[in-house]
Amino acid sequence: MTSSQAVQVSGVSRTFGGRKGASVTALESVDLTVAPGEFVSLIGPSGCGKSTLLRLIADLDTPTSGELSVFGKPARQARVDQDYGIAFQQAGLLPWKTVTGNIELPLALHGAGRSERKGRVKELLELIGLADFAGHYPDQLSGGMQQRVAIARALAESPKLLLMDEPFGALDEMTRERMQNELVRICAETQAAVVFVTHSIPEAVFLSDRVVVMSPRPGRITDVIDVSLGGPAERDDSLREDEAFFRAVAKVREALHGVPVTGARGVDSR
Amino acid sequence: MTRRSAPLGRLALGALGIAAVVAVWEGYKALAPDTGVVIGGTTVLPRSTETAMPHVWDMVSRLSDPVIGTVGGDTMWQTVLDAGLFTLKIAAFGWIIGVVVGFVLALVMQRFTIAEAAVLPWIVLSQTVPLIAIAPLVRRWGSQITIGGFEWQSEHSVAVIAAYLAFFPVAVGVLRGLKAPDATHVDLMHTYGIGWWRTLFSLRLPASVPFLIPALRLAAASAVIGTVVAEVSIGLRGGVGRLIIEYAQSASSDPAKPWAPIFAAIAVGLVAAAFVGLLGLALKPYRRSEIPA
Ligand SMILES: Nc1ncnc2c1ncn2[C@@H]1O[C@H](COP(=O)(O)OP(=O)(O)OP(=O)(O)O)[C@@H](O)[C@H]1O
Ligand SMILES: [Mg+2]
Repeated sequence: MTSSQAVQVSGVSRTFGGRKGASVTALESVDLTVAPGEFVSLIGPSGCGKSTLLRLIADLDTPTSGELSVFGKPARQARVDQDYGIAFQQAGLLPWKTVTGNIELPLALHGAGRSERKGRVKELLELIGLADFAGHYPDQLSGGMQQRVAIARALAESPKLLLMDEPFGALDEMTRERMQNELVRICAETQAAVVFVTHSIPEAVFLSDRVVVMSPRPGRITDVIDVSLGGPAERDDSLREDEAFFRAVAKVREALHGVPVTGARGVDSR
Repeated sequence: MTRRSAPLGRLALGALGIAAVVAVWEGYKALAPDTGVVIGGTTVLPRSTETAMPHVWDMVSRLSDPVIGTVGGDTMWQTVLDAGLFTLKIAAFGWIIGVVVGFVLALVMQRFTIAEAAVLPWIVLSQTVPLIAIAPLVRRWGSQITIGGFEWQSEHSVAVIAAYLAFFPVAVGVLRGLKAPDATHVDLMHTYGIGWWRTLFSLRLPASVPFLIPALRLAAASAVIGTVVAEVSIGLRGGVGRLIIEYAQSASSDPAKPWAPIFAAIAVGLVAAAFVGLLGLALKPYRRSEIPA
């Protein structure tokens, strides 16, 4: 049963030891399951441990206690096996490599042949709509283009799991919505499961099958909201003005604030 | 400005700079009193006599005269050119040793945090020891080295001293460069499951290039200065350092003469800087900086 899940987190805690004995409990007994092909967003106030959870799944950090598996394997094994692709808030492209060089970086590092890389890069460039920019350097691209290249790089080895930490955080609202549309399309095409960290409620609702709401000090999951606003075909700009969309947004907002927000504005939720 | 005119423009600026220095020199000579400017018994501006400040054209024309007397023997420019090449060769040797040593130290310090804490203070401290103090030590230690047919020469001592000055900027600069990649980049390499060595070649070394070039340039300047000074301290004949001391003695009878080896030293420095400049050109692709999203 476990092995069929993309991500299985059970009872995971992570405590950072500070100076003079002061320690921060970034995560406390967190349970989370992500099914193959499922899109799950993590949302919550700053410092609630979203990035920490993502880094644990990516094996960039290890839990203080608890169990964590990715495709039924320990996180370390999944990392070594390249079972996931990752994208961060900063595009993190290598400035001395072209768009092509950046996208094929994981392939090159793992010894893929020249022709294989060439074919894959071509597909990915088409996927992100930057076929004309193959030879450009990162400093010749806009922020949104850089981020798209970073996503293509994360997809290069066709991972069945994508980990994304606020990948659109630095983009303007218009670019952001366009990128969201593209991400929905890309996910539909690649069938990858996604764990997506965001600060934006509409973004989480638009993209996700489920939205995981977290609260800080100590970081824990307080709510999981089923959104599932339909398949990729229905998820376009018109969805953003849909009644169901607004209802889901309100639901996530209520979960975030901890108290039902009843029509009246300005009601202090504490 | 277009690409085409940029190097030309820079060349023109360089020429203008030299012309300005010549103009200031000659202008001062023409205007200032021979005794210099003295206020309250202290000379605040130098004497402008022929002995203290020869005309620029005298210095230049002196290069085409014979070294001693008026007939026979090598011309001045041949002598200083030979000396310059001699010094350049030793400086280049010292530079290479310094760069290698500095690089290795930086790599070790980046790899092992403990090494950085243990070694970096000594590296900084090493540069506070005056050259005059090291020169005899290096010569004494060197003279005890005999491996097979190899025999330690004064040239080797001079090169070691040049390297001693040159390794410092490289060690510090490269260490900074190796630490330059963002946490995101380092994390990314970690997710790719590649080890320290491959991360070094795929990420840290390319990222260190913008720090490397200035470090190499500084090292080149240090190596040249180190060589000239060490030639004097060790008493090595054949190089610019020795000529500077030798010719200084004829300053009163032949005021333009001491300037010839000084020009040679400058020329050696320029050649060294130009070489690093070429390296910088070759590594240009690695000097792009990412514009944050
Ligand atoms: N390496 C670390 N050392 C010490 N404390 C850390 C470290 N990483 C995270 N923390 C602490 O863990 C808590 C959660 O951090 P985390 O980065 O996961 O928050 P986040 O939800 O991603 O916040 P944001 O939305 O601002 O990115 C914070 O209180 C932070 O101070
Ligand atoms: Mg974060």
